[in-house]
Amino acid sequence: MAEKILDVKKLNVKLGEEEIIKDLSFQLEKGDALTLLGPNGAGKSTLLKVILGVLPYTGSIEKKKGMKIGYVPQRLPFIKDVPMSVREFIKIKEQSEEKIEKIFQSVGFERNFLEKQIGTLSSGQFQRVLIAWALVKDPEVLLFDEPTTGIDIRGKETVYRLLEKLKKERNLTIVLVTHDLSVVFKFSNYVICLNRFSSCKGKPREILTPENLQSIYGEEVKFYKHHN
Amino acid sequence: MEQLFLSIITGIFIGGVAGYLGTLMLSRRMALAAGPLSHLTLPGIALALIYGFDVSLGAFPFVILGIFFIWILEIKTKLPMEALTAVTFASGVAVAFLFLPIEQAETALVGDITKVNFIETMLTIALSLAIFFLIKKVYSKLILINISEDMARAEDIDIEKNNFFYLLSIAVVVALGVKMVGGLLTAALVAIPICAARNIGKNLSEYIYFSVFFGSFSAFSGILLFYFTRLPAGPLIIISGTVIFLLSVFFKRNV
Repeated sequence: MAEKILDVKKLNVKLGEEEIIKDLSFQLEKGDALTLLGPNGAGKSTLLKVILGVLPYTGSIEKKKGMKIGYVPQRLPFIKDVPMSVREFIKIKEQSEEKIEKIFQSVGFERNFLEKQIGTLSSGQFQRVLIAWALVKDPEVLLFDEPTTGIDIRGKETVYRLLEKLKKERNLTIVLVTHDLSVVFKFSNYVICLNRFSSCKGKPREILTPENLQSIYGEEVKFYKHHN
Repeated sequence: MEQLFLSIITGIFIGGVAGYLGTLMLSRRMALAAGPLSHLTLPGIALALIYGFDVSLGAFPFVILGIFFIWILEIKTKLPMEALTAVTFASGVAVAFLFLPIEQAETALVGDITKVNFIETMLTIALSLAIFFLIKKVYSKLILINISEDMARAEDIDIEKNNFFYLLSIAVVVALGVKMVGGLLTAALVAIPICAARNIGKNLSEYIYFSVFFGSFSAFSGILLFYFTRLPAGPLIIISGTVIFLLSVFFKRNV
């Protein structure tokens, strides 16, 4: 049996007066790839932040002792205000040059890429930089909030292929927020659907029935398909 | 000659540390914040001039009071910080001019670094160095907080503590700045060097080096110009900075 690394029981999260997550329980084992699905405002990003330990909650979250988590947030609108090179950004993590260069090789960048300005990167390249950022301290779990928002199809494929490769190489456990249903089927072995009123969880093929999606997303499913 | 030497040393340290802090303030979109804060110090400067003690010492409690006031009003009123700054900063000028002797007005508004004594110089060097090392210590943490507070928390960075150090650095640099260029011009000490550096540098370390250098160099050249022209040193320091900025536009490197 695989090693259990996260056990969430009866999780409740309130932001101000608003109840965002209600009575959620699930477990993760090493090597799992969990996708969180749901409409905007359903609490997906909130759940990631709760797992990360930066938001208050009630209920219990048991993590494997000493478990390191890598986190990549949804948007970083202010990063372009800081005129720094990729190397300077990654060095905030206070790791050795050698380590940084090794990580960059493993996410598929040439050595001189480190000297590029963050502001000049394409969205796809930037996302790979963030993956490298999350990997620098050798985490066992990677939390990823909509890693491919605003990236074109080719860029998306690169990002997911990379995540898959890293997952195999490092036996990573990945928790992913996405709206991209094709990714869910290809990439993940477990899905949690969230909206304010209900949640469902299980294997993608069992859970992602048209009826379930309709009840989770409501009208948004049509909107999504229309644009893709 | 000895007086000129003391003035230049004081100027180089204040200009340098203001240029360094400016690199952080610009990336946090706060380049102008030093302006209103320095206006708020005017009553303190006025007191220092009337009772004959160090202008920075007079200014410092007023910056702290100003920051505290804006912070508490923001919590109480939920008005944007920018609006609250607009409400509070002119009060500093108004209060100061109720009791500031008119012959001291020029020193209060545009500073006077040409009469600093040995103790003031030593105090400035010590404070500038302390703030320089404090900023250096929290620099990358503040950059990360600025990029994403969640990412910073994920790295176990104490956001409140680091923001406090940041505000403390601003307070000290403003207090030092008003000694050199007065309550009116201090914002420029923080803003101009980094703007020039942004035109020339190609990564963060270059911006920092250039900004510190330009800050120190404008102070040096401004004070030297004062020596030859006997025009007020504060404005000359700022104009030197502006000239450096204009030159930097022509040397702008595309990266």
